[in-house]
Amino acid sequence: MANMKSSEALAAPRRRRPVSGWAVRHFNTAIAALLRLSRQPFASLMTVLVIGVTLALPAAMHLVIKNAQAISASWNNALDFSVYLHNDVSLEDARRLVDIVSQRADVDSVTLITADDALAEFREQSGFGDALDHLSVNPLPHTLVVRPSAANTEVSMGLLNEELGNLPEADFVQVDTEWVQRFHAILDILERAIAIGAGLLAAAIVVIIGNTIRLDIQNRREEIEVTKLIGASNSFVRRPFLYIGMWYGLGGGLLALALVRYGLYALEEPVTRLSGLYSSRFAVLALDLRESLVIAATGVGLGLVGSWLAATRHMHRIEPR
Amino acid sequence: MIRIEEVTKRYPGGQDALTGLSLHVEKGEMVFVTGHSGAGKSTLLRLIALIDRPTGGQVIVDGQNTRRVSRRKIPAYRRQIGMVFQDHKLLYDRPVFDNVALPLVIAGLTHREAARKVRAALDQVSLLHKEKQSPETLSSGEQQRVGIARAIVSRPKVLIADEPTGNLDPDLSLEVMRIFRRFNEVGVTLLIASHDIALIDQLGCRRIPLANGALAVEQEEDPVAEYMERLEAEQERDRWQT
Repeated sequence: MANMKSSEALAAPRRRRPVSGWAVRHFNTAIAALLRLSRQPFASLMTVLVIGVTLALPAAMHLVIKNAQAISASWNNALDFSVYLHNDVSLEDARRLVDIVSQRADVDSVTLITADDALAEFREQSGFGDALDHLSVNPLPHTLVVRPSAANTEVSMGLLNEELGNLPEADFVQVDTEWVQRFHAILDILERAIAIGAGLLAAAIVVIIGNTIRLDIQNRREEIEVTKLIGASNSFVRRPFLYIGMWYGLGGGLLALALVRYGLYALEEPVTRLSGLYSSRFAVLALDLRESLVIAATGVGLGLVGSWLAATRHMHRIEPR
Repeated sequence: MIRIEEVTKRYPGGQDALTGLSLHVEKGEMVFVTGHSGAGKSTLLRLIALIDRPTGGQVIVDGQNTRRVSRRKIPAYRRQIGMVFQDHKLLYDRPVFDNVALPLVIAGLTHREAARKVRAALDQVSLLHKEKQSPETLSSGEQQRVGIARAIVSRPKVLIADEPTGNLDPDLSLEVMRIFRRFNEVGVTLLIASHDIALIDQLGCRRIPLANGALAVEQEEDPVAEYMERLEAEQERDRWQT
Protein backbone atom coordinates (compact mmCIF):
# COMPACT_ATOMS: atom_id res chain seq x y z
CA MET A 1 0.00 0.00 0.00
CA ALA A 2 2.85 2.32 0.80
CA ASN A 3 4.35 1.66 -2.56
CA MET A 4 1.15 2.54 -4.28
CA LYS A 5 0.72 5.72 -2.29
CA SER A 6 4.22 6.98 -2.74
CA SER A 7 4.26 6.28 -6.44
CA GLU A 8 1.04 8.22 -6.71
CA ALA A 9 2.64 11.05 -4.82
CA LEU A 10 5.59 10.90 -7.15
CA ALA A 11 3.43 11.02 -10.24
CA ALA A 12 1.36 13.96 -9.05
CA PRO A 13 2.96 17.31 -8.29
CA ARG A 14 4.01 17.10 -4.67
CA ARG A 15 2.44 20.33 -3.53
CA ARG A 16 -0.98 19.21 -4.56
CA ARG A 17 -0.77 16.02 -2.51
CA PRO A 18 0.65 17.14 0.81
CA VAL A 19 -1.58 14.82 2.84
CA SER A 20 -0.58 11.66 1.04
CA GLY A 21 3.10 12.63 1.29
CA TRP A 22 2.64 13.22 4.99
CA ALA A 23 0.89 9.86 5.40
CA VAL A 24 3.60 8.05 3.49
CA ARG A 25 6.32 9.67 5.60
CA HIS A 26 4.59 8.62 8.79
CA PHE A 27 3.94 5.15 7.45
CA ASN A 28 7.61 4.82 6.51
CA THR A 29 8.72 6.04 9.94
CA ALA A 30 6.35 3.60 11.63
CA ILE A 31 7.64 0.69 9.58
CA ALA A 32 11.25 1.74 10.14
CA ALA A 33 10.59 1.81 13.90
CA LEU A 34 9.07 -1.66 13.72
CA LEU A 35 12.09 -2.95 11.78
CA ARG A 36 14.41 -1.40 14.33
CA LEU A 37 12.56 -3.23 17.12
CA SER A 38 12.68 -6.48 15.20
CA ARG A 39 16.45 -6.18 14.98
CA GLN A 40 16.61 -6.66 18.75
CA PRO A 41 13.82 -9.20 19.10
CA PHE A 42 14.69 -10.36 22.61
CA ALA A 43 14.91 -6.93 24.22
CA SER A 44 11.78 -5.77 22.38
CA LEU A 45 9.82 -8.85 23.39
CA MET A 46 10.82 -8.43 27.02
CA THR A 47 9.51 -4.88 27.03
CA VAL A 48 6.29 -5.97 25.32
CA LEU A 49 5.94 -8.81 27.81
CA VAL A 50 6.27 -6.49 30.80
CA ILE A 51 3.70 -4.11 29.36
CA GLY A 52 1.40 -6.97 28.40
CA VAL A 53 1.41 -8.51 31.86
CA THR A 54 0.99 -5.12 33.48
CA LEU A 55 -2.02 -4.38 31.29
CA ALA A 56 -3.44 -7.88 31.68
CA LEU A 57 -3.67 -7.55 35.47
CA PRO A 58 -6.29 -4.79 35.62
CA ALA A 59 -8.04 -6.25 32.57
CA ALA A 60 -8.38 -9.61 34.32
CA MET A 61 -9.55 -7.99 37.56
CA HIS A 62 -12.08 -6.02 35.59
CA LEU A 63 -13.38 -9.28 34.13
CA VAL A 64 -13.68 -10.81 37.60
CA ILE A 65 -15.79 -7.85 38.75
CA LYS A 66 -17.83 -7.91 35.58
CA ASN A 67 -18.64 -11.59 36.03
CA ALA A 68 -19.39 -11.14 39.73
CA GLN A 69 -21.80 -8.36 38.83
CA ALA A 70 -23.45 -10.55 36.23
CA ILE A 71 -23.88 -13.35 38.75
CA SER A 72 -25.22 -11.08 41.47
CA ALA A 73 -27.60 -9.47 39.00
CA SER A 74 -29.20 -12.87 38.44
CA TRP A 75 -29.37 -13.35 42.23
CA ASN A 76 -31.06 -10.04 42.58
CA ASN A 77 -33.98 -11.19 40.44
CA ALA A 78 -34.20 -14.56 42.18
CA LEU A 79 -35.09 -12.85 45.46
CA ASP A 80 -38.53 -13.48 46.86
CA PHE A 81 -40.65 -10.82 48.48
CA SER A 82 -42.43 -11.76 51.66
CA VAL A 83 -45.65 -9.72 51.85
CA TYR A 84 -47.03 -9.91 55.39
CA LEU A 85 -50.71 -9.09 55.40
CA HIS A 86 -52.60 -7.34 58.16
CA ASN A 87 -53.87 -9.66 60.86
CA ASP A 88 -57.49 -8.85 60.07
CA VAL A 89 -57.24 -9.94 56.44
CA SER A 90 -59.29 -13.04 55.97
CA LEU A 91 -58.09 -16.14 54.23
CA GLU A 92 -60.52 -15.53 51.33
CA ASP A 93 -59.18 -12.01 50.88
CA ALA A 94 -55.66 -13.40 50.97
CA ARG A 95 -56.51 -15.98 48.31
CA ARG A 96 -58.06 -13.30 46.13
CA LEU A 97 -54.95 -11.21 46.55
CA VAL A 98 -52.82 -14.14 45.39
CA ASP A 99 -54.81 -14.24 42.16
CA ILE A 100 -54.53 -10.50 41.64
CA VAL A 101 -50.80 -10.31 42.32
CA SER A 102 -49.96 -13.32 40.20
CA GLN A 103 -51.59 -11.57 37.20
CA ARG A 104 -48.80 -9.02 37.21
CA ALA A 105 -46.31 -9.24 34.37
CA ASP A 106 -43.36 -8.68 36.69
CA VAL A 107 -44.37 -11.56 38.93
CA ASP A 108 -43.48 -15.12 38.22
CA SER A 109 -45.45 -16.89 40.91
CA VAL A 110 -47.16 -16.23 44.23
CA THR A 111 -47.37 -18.70 47.06
CA LEU A 112 -49.70 -18.22 50.00
CA ILE A 113 -48.53 -19.23 53.43
CA THR A 114 -51.61 -19.15 55.61
CA ALA A 115 -51.38 -18.12 59.23
CA ASP A 116 -52.06 -21.72 60.28
CA ASP A 117 -49.35 -23.11 58.06
CA ALA A 118 -46.97 -20.53 59.36
CA LEU A 119 -47.79 -21.38 62.95
CA ALA A 120 -47.44 -25.09 62.31
CA GLU A 121 -44.09 -24.53 60.70
CA PHE A 122 -42.99 -22.28 63.49
CA ARG A 123 -44.11 -24.80 66.09
CA GLU A 124 -42.13 -27.48 64.38
CA GLN A 125 -38.97 -25.50 63.86
CA SER A 126 -38.75 -23.33 66.95
CA GLY A 127 -39.38 -25.94 69.61
CA PHE A 128 -41.75 -23.58 71.45
CA GLY A 129 -44.62 -26.01 70.74
CA ASP A 130 -45.89 -26.09 74.32
CA ALA A 131 -45.72 -22.38 74.79
CA LEU A 132 -47.62 -21.81 71.59
CA ASP A 133 -50.42 -24.06 72.79
CA HIS A 134 -51.20 -21.45 75.42
CA LEU A 135 -51.94 -18.80 72.80
CA SER A 136 -55.61 -18.26 72.33
CA VAL A 137 -55.29 -16.73 68.86
CA ASN A 138 -52.78 -17.23 66.13
CA PRO A 139 -50.63 -14.07 66.16
CA LEU A 140 -49.19 -14.78 62.73
CA PRO A 141 -50.57 -13.14 59.58
CA HIS A 142 -51.12 -14.70 56.21
CA THR A 143 -48.09 -14.21 54.01
CA LEU A 144 -47.66 -14.00 50.25
CA VAL A 145 -44.34 -15.18 48.94
CA VAL A 146 -43.96 -13.32 45.65
CA ARG A 147 -41.32 -14.52 43.19
CA PRO A 148 -40.56 -11.81 40.64
CA SER A 149 -40.15 -12.78 37.01
CA ALA A 150 -36.63 -13.11 35.68
CA ALA A 151 -37.01 -10.17 33.34
CA ASN A 152 -36.97 -7.66 36.19
CA THR A 153 -34.34 -5.00 36.43
CA GLU A 154 -33.15 -3.34 39.58
CA VAL A 155 -35.55 -0.47 38.95
CA SER A 156 -38.59 -2.62 38.25
CA MET A 157 -37.76 -4.67 41.34
CA GLY A 158 -37.85 -1.50 43.41
CA LEU A 159 -41.16 -0.56 41.81
CA LEU A 160 -42.64 -3.98 42.52
CA ASN A 161 -41.49 -3.75 46.12
CA GLU A 162 -43.15 -0.38 46.49
CA GLU A 163 -46.41 -1.42 44.87
CA LEU A 164 -46.67 -4.55 46.99
CA GLY A 165 -46.18 -2.39 50.07
CA ASN A 166 -48.96 -0.08 48.90
CA LEU A 167 -51.54 -2.88 48.78
CA PRO A 168 -54.19 -2.06 51.39
CA GLU A 169 -54.01 -5.58 52.76
CA ALA A 170 -50.25 -5.53 53.12
CA ASP A 171 -48.75 -4.82 56.49
CA PHE A 172 -45.17 -4.77 55.35
CA VAL A 173 -42.96 -6.24 52.67
CA GLN A 174 -39.70 -7.85 53.46
CA VAL A 175 -37.00 -8.43 50.92
CA ASP A 176 -33.75 -9.89 52.01
CA THR A 177 -31.72 -7.65 49.77
CA GLU A 178 -29.30 -6.51 52.40
CA TRP A 179 -26.65 -9.07 51.74
CA VAL A 180 -26.94 -8.47 48.00
CA GLN A 181 -26.49 -4.78 48.63
CA ARG A 182 -23.47 -5.51 50.77
CA PHE A 183 -22.11 -7.67 48.02
CA HIS A 184 -22.63 -4.86 45.54
CA ALA A 185 -20.95 -2.42 47.88
CA ILE A 186 -17.97 -4.76 48.13
CA LEU A 187 -17.87 -5.02 44.36
CA ASP A 188 -17.96 -1.22 44.12
CA ILE A 189 -15.03 -0.96 46.50
CA LEU A 190 -13.13 -3.60 44.57
CA GLU A 191 -13.90 -1.85 41.33
CA ARG A 192 -12.53 1.40 42.66
CA ALA A 193 -9.49 -0.32 44.11
CA ILE A 194 -8.85 -1.87 40.73
CA ALA A 195 -9.22 1.53 39.08
CA ILE A 196 -6.61 2.95 41.47
CA GLY A 197 -4.37 -0.05 40.87
CA ALA A 198 -4.85 0.32 37.13
CA GLY A 199 -3.84 3.96 37.40
CA LEU A 200 -0.65 3.01 39.22
CA LEU A 201 0.09 0.28 36.70
CA ALA A 202 -0.50 2.76 33.88
CA ALA A 203 2.05 5.06 35.49
CA ALA A 204 4.41 2.09 35.71
CA ILE A 205 3.95 1.40 32.01
CA VAL A 206 4.69 5.02 31.17
CA VAL A 207 7.88 4.79 33.24
CA ILE A 208 8.90 1.47 31.68
CA ILE A 209 8.40 2.72 28.15
CA GLY A 210 9.94 6.08 28.97
CA ASN A 211 13.01 4.38 30.38
CA THR A 212 13.34 2.05 27.41
CA ILE A 213 13.08 5.00 25.03
CA ARG A 214 15.59 6.97 27.09
CA LEU A 215 18.14 4.18 26.72
CA ASP A 216 17.40 3.99 23.04
CA ILE A 217 17.93 7.74 22.70
CA GLN A 218 21.24 7.49 24.53
CA ASN A 219 22.37 4.70 22.23
CA ARG A 220 21.47 6.80 19.22
CA ARG A 221 22.93 10.02 20.52
CA GLU A 222 25.40 10.39 17.70
CA GLU A 223 22.75 9.79 15.09
CA ILE A 224 20.52 12.42 16.69
CA GLU A 225 23.39 14.91 16.76
CA VAL A 226 24.16 14.35 13.11
CA THR A 227 20.54 14.64 11.99
CA LYS A 228 20.15 17.82 14.01
CA LEU A 229 23.35 19.15 12.51
CA ILE A 230 21.93 18.80 9.02
CA GLY A 231 18.73 20.54 9.94
CA ALA A 232 16.38 18.08 11.63
CA SER A 233 13.86 19.63 13.99
CA ASN A 234 13.13 18.20 17.42
CA SER A 235 9.84 16.79 16.19
CA PHE A 236 11.55 15.04 13.28
CA VAL A 237 14.08 13.44 15.61
CA ARG A 238 11.35 12.56 18.09
CA ARG A 239 9.02 10.89 15.59
CA PRO A 240 10.73 7.48 15.31
CA PHE A 241 10.85 7.21 19.10
CA LEU A 242 7.15 7.95 19.33
CA TYR A 243 6.48 5.15 16.90
CA ILE A 244 8.69 2.80 18.87
CA GLY A 245 6.66 3.68 21.97
CA MET A 246 3.47 3.13 20.04
CA TRP A 247 4.57 -0.32 18.90
CA TYR A 248 5.57 -1.28 22.44
CA GLY A 249 2.15 -0.16 23.69
CA LEU A 250 0.24 -1.87 20.90
CA GLY A 251 2.25 -5.08 21.34
CA GLY A 252 1.66 -4.96 25.09
CA GLY A 253 -2.05 -4.31 24.62
CA LEU A 254 -2.48 -7.20 22.22
CA LEU A 255 -0.45 -9.47 24.46
CA ALA A 256 -2.65 -8.48 27.43
CA LEU A 257 -5.74 -9.44 25.41
CA ALA A 258 -4.16 -12.75 24.51
CA LEU A 259 -3.23 -13.44 28.16
CA VAL A 260 -6.77 -12.67 29.37
CA ARG A 261 -8.21 -14.80 26.60
CA TYR A 262 -5.95 -17.68 27.53
CA GLY A 263 -6.81 -17.28 31.21
CA LEU A 264 -10.51 -17.47 30.40
CA TYR A 265 -9.94 -20.51 28.27
CA ALA A 266 -8.16 -22.20 31.16
CA LEU A 267 -11.00 -21.31 33.58
CA GLU A 268 -13.87 -22.17 31.28
CA GLU A 269 -14.09 -25.87 32.06
CA PRO A 270 -14.06 -25.70 35.89
CA VAL A 271 -16.52 -22.79 35.82
CA THR A 272 -18.89 -24.76 33.62
CA ARG A 273 -18.63 -27.68 36.01
CA LEU A 274 -19.29 -25.48 39.03
CA SER A 275 -22.28 -23.75 37.48
CA GLY A 276 -23.53 -27.19 36.46
CA LEU A 277 -23.45 -28.15 40.14
CA TYR A 278 -25.61 -25.13 40.91
CA SER A 279 -27.80 -26.13 37.95
CA SER A 280 -27.25 -22.66 36.55
CA ARG A 281 -26.43 -21.92 32.99
CA PHE A 282 -23.89 -19.25 33.83
CA ALA A 283 -21.33 -18.65 31.07
CA VAL A 284 -18.14 -16.73 31.80
CA LEU A 285 -18.25 -13.29 30.25
CA ALA A 286 -15.24 -12.49 28.08
CA LEU A 287 -13.98 -9.03 27.12
CA ASP A 288 -16.29 -7.60 24.51
CA LEU A 289 -15.08 -5.74 21.44
CA ARG A 290 -15.31 -2.34 23.08
CA GLU A 291 -13.32 -3.44 26.13
CA SER A 292 -10.72 -5.10 23.91
CA LEU A 293 -10.37 -1.91 21.89
CA VAL A 294 -10.05 0.12 25.08
CA ILE A 295 -7.23 -2.12 26.32
CA ALA A 296 -5.36 -2.01 23.01
CA ALA A 297 -5.88 1.76 22.78
CA THR A 298 -4.72 2.19 26.38
CA GLY A 299 -1.53 0.35 25.48
CA VAL A 300 -0.96 2.59 22.47
CA GLY A 301 -1.80 5.71 24.45
CA LEU A 302 0.53 4.85 27.32
CA GLY A 303 3.27 3.95 24.83
CA LEU A 304 2.92 7.32 23.16
CA VAL A 305 2.84 9.22 26.45
CA GLY A 306 5.89 7.38 27.80
CA SER A 307 7.94 7.84 24.67
CA TRP A 308 6.83 11.42 24.21
CA LEU A 309 7.87 12.32 27.75
CA ALA A 310 11.24 10.60 27.41
CA ALA A 311 11.92 11.90 23.90
CA THR A 312 10.92 15.48 24.65
CA ARG A 313 12.96 15.51 27.83
CA HIS A 314 16.12 14.17 26.27
CA MET A 315 15.78 15.57 22.77
CA HIS A 316 16.53 19.13 23.86
CA ARG A 317 19.65 18.03 25.70
CA ILE A 318 21.19 16.46 22.63
CA GLU A 319 22.56 19.25 20.52
CA PRO A 320 25.46 19.04 18.09
CA ARG A 321 28.75 19.94 19.69
CA MET B 1 26.91 35.84 1.01
CA ILE B 2 28.67 35.32 4.32
CA ARG B 3 29.40 38.45 6.28
CA ILE B 4 31.24 38.33 9.57
CA GLU B 5 31.29 41.63 11.42
CA GLU B 6 33.43 42.27 14.47
CA VAL B 7 32.66 38.82 15.78
CA THR B 8 34.02 37.77 19.13
CA LYS B 9 33.54 34.43 20.76
CA ARG B 10 34.50 33.70 24.31
CA TYR B 11 33.92 30.19 25.57
CA PRO B 12 32.61 29.64 29.08
CA GLY B 13 36.09 28.60 30.20
CA GLY B 14 37.23 32.14 29.47
CA GLN B 15 39.33 31.48 26.39
CA ASP B 16 38.77 33.79 23.46
CA ALA B 17 38.32 31.82 20.26
CA LEU B 18 37.55 34.85 18.10
CA THR B 19 38.61 38.39 18.86
CA GLY B 20 36.87 40.86 16.60
CA LEU B 21 36.95 38.99 13.31
CA SER B 22 35.48 40.63 10.20
CA LEU B 23 35.36 39.08 6.78
CA HIS B 24 33.14 38.86 3.77
CA VAL B 25 32.64 36.04 1.33
CA GLU B 26 31.04 37.13 -1.93
CA LYS B 27 28.29 35.21 -3.58
CA GLY B 28 29.75 32.46 -5.75
CA GLU B 29 33.18 32.69 -4.13
CA MET B 30 35.25 29.76 -2.96
CA VAL B 31 37.29 30.82 0.03
CA PHE B 32 39.64 29.01 2.36
CA VAL B 33 40.06 29.89 5.99
CA THR B 34 43.51 28.84 7.09
CA GLY B 35 45.52 28.93 10.23
CA HIS B 36 46.93 26.71 12.91
CA SER B 37 44.66 24.68 15.06
CA GLY B 38 43.27 27.03 17.68
CA ALA B 39 43.32 29.97 15.31
CA GLY B 40 39.53 30.08 15.29
CA LYS B 41 38.66 28.31 12.03
CA SER B 42 36.35 25.77 13.59
CA THR B 43 34.74 28.34 15.84
CA LEU B 44 33.96 30.49 12.83
CA LEU B 45 32.26 27.57 11.09
CA ARG B 46 30.37 26.67 14.25
CA LEU B 47 29.00 30.20 14.41
CA ILE B 48 27.90 30.03 10.77
CA ALA B 49 26.23 26.64 11.38
CA LEU B 50 24.62 28.03 14.55
CA ILE B 51 26.13 25.30 16.68
CA ASP B 52 27.33 28.21 18.76
CA ARG B 53 26.33 31.83 18.96
CA PRO B 54 28.81 34.71 18.92
CA THR B 55 29.56 36.58 22.12
CA GLY B 56 29.64 39.82 20.13
CA GLY B 57 29.28 41.02 16.54
CA GLN B 58 27.15 39.80 13.68
CA VAL B 59 27.14 36.70 11.53
CA ILE B 60 25.05 37.25 8.43
CA VAL B 61 24.50 34.38 6.00
CA ASP B 62 22.53 35.00 2.80
CA GLY B 63 21.01 38.11 4.33
CA GLN B 64 20.00 36.35 7.55
CA ASN B 65 21.47 37.61 10.76
CA THR B 66 22.01 34.52 12.91
CA ARG B 67 21.14 36.57 15.96
CA ARG B 68 17.56 36.72 14.73
CA VAL B 69 17.32 32.99 14.19
CA SER B 70 15.48 31.67 17.22
CA ARG B 71 16.20 28.26 18.68
CA ARG B 72 13.14 26.82 17.02
CA LYS B 73 14.17 28.20 13.62
CA ILE B 74 17.67 26.74 13.75
CA PRO B 75 16.72 23.50 11.92
CA ALA B 76 15.19 25.44 9.00
CA TYR B 77 18.26 27.70 8.96
CA ARG B 78 20.68 24.77 8.88
CA ARG B 79 18.80 23.17 6.01
CA GLN B 80 19.85 26.11 3.81
CA ILE B 81 23.51 25.41 4.39
CA GLY B 82 25.47 22.40 3.22
CA MET B 83 27.97 21.14 5.77
CA VAL B 84 30.95 18.84 5.34
CA PHE B 85 32.88 17.56 8.31
CA GLN B 86 36.36 16.23 8.82
CA ASP B 87 34.99 13.01 10.35
CA HIS B 88 32.23 12.74 7.71
CA LYS B 89 29.51 12.30 10.35
CA LEU B 90 27.74 9.61 8.38
CA LEU B 91 25.15 7.28 9.88
CA TYR B 92 26.60 3.82 9.76
CA ASP B 93 23.38 1.94 10.40
CA ARG B 94 21.99 2.69 6.94
CA PRO B 95 23.20 2.52 3.37
CA VAL B 96 24.84 5.31 1.40
CA PHE B 97 21.58 6.16 -0.37
CA ASP B 98 19.75 6.77 2.90
CA ASN B 99 22.61 8.89 4.21
CA VAL B 100 22.51 11.15 1.20
CA ALA B 101 18.69 11.23 1.21
CA LEU B 102 18.55 12.32 4.86
CA PRO B 103 18.45 16.11 4.29
CA LEU B 104 15.61 15.63 1.80
CA VAL B 105 13.74 13.30 4.15
CA ILE B 106 14.16 15.88 6.90
CA ALA B 107 12.76 18.47 4.52
CA GLY B 108 9.71 16.27 4.10
CA LEU B 109 10.28 14.17 1.01
CA THR B 110 9.76 10.42 0.92
CA HIS B 111 12.66 8.24 -0.17
CA ARG B 112 10.97 7.69 -3.49
CA GLU B 113 10.53 11.38 -4.11
CA ALA B 114 14.13 11.99 -3.11
CA ALA B 115 15.59 9.26 -5.30
CA ARG B 116 16.30 11.36 -8.37
CA LYS B 117 18.11 14.09 -6.43
CA VAL B 118 20.04 11.56 -4.36
CA ARG B 119 21.29 9.77 -7.48
CA ALA B 120 22.25 13.09 -9.06
CA ALA B 121 24.25 14.00 -5.96
CA LEU B 122 25.93 10.60 -5.81
CA ASP B 123 26.73 10.86 -9.49
CA GLN B 124 28.48 14.17 -8.89
CA VAL B 125 30.84 12.51 -6.42
CA SER B 126 31.16 9.39 -8.66
CA LEU B 127 29.61 7.04 -6.10
CA LEU B 128 26.41 6.16 -7.90
CA HIS B 129 27.37 2.49 -8.02
CA LYS B 130 27.79 2.32 -4.23
CA GLU B 131 24.40 3.63 -3.15
CA LYS B 132 23.36 0.33 -1.57
CA GLN B 133 26.54 -0.19 0.41
CA SER B 134 27.03 0.61 4.05
CA PRO B 135 29.38 3.56 4.63
CA GLU B 136 31.54 1.25 6.72
CA THR B 137 32.56 -0.68 3.61
CA LEU B 138 33.84 2.48 1.92
CA SER B 139 37.29 4.00 2.09
CA SER B 140 37.81 7.21 3.99
CA GLY B 141 37.89 9.21 0.78
CA GLU B 142 34.69 7.63 -0.43
CA GLN B 143 33.03 8.28 2.91
CA GLN B 144 34.00 11.92 2.63
CA ARG B 145 32.47 12.02 -0.85
CA VAL B 146 29.25 10.57 0.58
CA GLY B 147 29.35 13.37 3.16
CA ILE B 148 29.75 15.87 0.36
CA ALA B 149 26.88 14.34 -1.62
CA ARG B 150 24.71 14.67 1.48
CA ALA B 151 25.76 18.30 1.87
CA ILE B 152 24.81 19.26 -1.67
CA VAL B 153 21.78 17.04 -2.28
CA SER B 154 19.32 19.77 -1.35
CA ARG B 155 21.23 22.27 -3.51
CA PRO B 156 22.25 24.76 -0.83
CA LYS B 157 23.55 28.16 -1.87
CA VAL B 158 26.24 28.01 0.78
CA LEU B 159 28.49 25.14 1.68
CA ILE B 160 30.85 25.14 4.62
CA ALA B 161 33.45 22.49 5.23
CA ASP B 162 35.64 21.96 8.28
CA GLU B 163 38.95 20.34 7.37
CA PRO B 164 37.30 18.19 4.70
CA THR B 165 40.63 16.73 3.66
CA GLY B 166 42.04 16.41 7.16
CA ASN B 167 42.02 12.62 7.09
CA LEU B 168 42.84 12.14 3.43
CA ASP B 169 46.07 11.63 1.58
CA PRO B 170 47.11 14.27 -1.00
CA ASP B 171 45.58 12.56 -4.03
CA LEU B 172 42.21 12.08 -2.37
CA SER B 173 42.41 15.61 -1.02
CA LEU B 174 42.88 16.99 -4.48
CA GLU B 175 39.97 14.87 -5.72
CA VAL B 176 37.71 16.28 -2.98
CA MET B 177 38.82 19.82 -3.74
CA ARG B 178 38.07 19.32 -7.43
CA ILE B 179 34.55 18.23 -6.49
CA PHE B 180 34.19 21.43 -4.45
CA ARG B 181 35.52 23.40 -7.38
CA ARG B 182 32.83 21.96 -9.64
CA PHE B 183 30.11 23.04 -7.22
CA ASN B 184 31.66 26.46 -7.09
CA GLU B 185 31.49 26.64 -10.88
CA VAL B 186 27.71 26.18 -10.75
CA GLY B 187 27.37 29.06 -8.30
CA VAL B 188 27.67 27.54 -4.82
CA THR B 189 29.47 29.74 -2.30
CA LEU B 190 32.03 27.74 -0.37
CA LEU B 191 33.84 28.48 2.85
CA ILE B 192 36.38 25.81 3.67
CA ALA B 193 38.55 25.59 6.73
CA SER B 194 41.82 23.89 5.97
CA HIS B 195 45.45 24.00 6.92
CA ASP B 196 46.58 22.34 3.71
CA ILE B 197 48.08 25.49 2.24
CA ALA B 198 49.87 23.74 -0.60
CA LEU B 199 46.64 22.25 -1.82
CA ILE B 200 44.83 25.57 -1.57
CA ASP B 201 47.47 27.35 -3.59
CA GLN B 202 47.15 24.70 -6.24
CA LEU B 203 43.49 25.63 -6.59
CA GLY B 204 44.18 29.33 -6.72
CA CYS B 205 41.39 30.38 -4.37
CA ARG B 206 41.29 33.26 -1.95
CA ARG B 207 42.80 32.50 1.42
CA ILE B 208 41.74 34.06 4.67
CA PRO B 209 44.44 33.33 7.20
CA LEU B 210 43.45 33.43 10.84
CA ALA B 211 45.68 33.67 13.86
CA ASN B 212 44.58 33.93 17.46
CA GLY B 213 40.98 34.55 16.56
CA ALA B 214 41.48 37.38 14.10
CA LEU B 215 42.73 37.98 10.60
CA ALA B 216 46.42 37.23 10.35
CA VAL B 217 48.78 39.29 8.29
CA GLU B 218 49.47 37.29 5.17
CA GLN B 219 53.09 36.42 4.98
CA GLU B 220 54.44 35.20 1.70
CA GLU B 221 57.14 33.34 3.47
CA ASP B 222 59.45 30.67 2.32
CA PRO B 223 58.13 27.67 4.27
CA VAL B 224 55.05 27.64 2.08
CA ALA B 225 56.98 27.72 -1.13
CA GLU B 226 59.24 25.03 0.24
CA TYR B 227 56.28 22.89 1.13
CA MET B 228 54.83 23.42 -2.33
CA GLU B 229 58.05 22.35 -3.95
CA ARG B 230 58.26 19.30 -1.76
CA LEU B 231 54.69 18.34 -2.62
CA GLU B 232 55.31 18.77 -6.31
CA ALA B 233 58.39 16.66 -6.02
CA GLU B 234 56.37 13.99 -4.27
CA GLN B 235 53.75 14.01 -6.92
CA GLU B 236 56.42 13.78 -9.57
CA ARG B 237 57.84 10.76 -7.82
CA ASP B 238 54.38 9.17 -7.53
CA ARG B 239 53.88 9.62 -11.21
CA TRP B 240 57.14 7.83 -11.82
CA GLN B 241 56.12 4.95 -9.67
CA THR B 242 52.78 4.34 -11.34
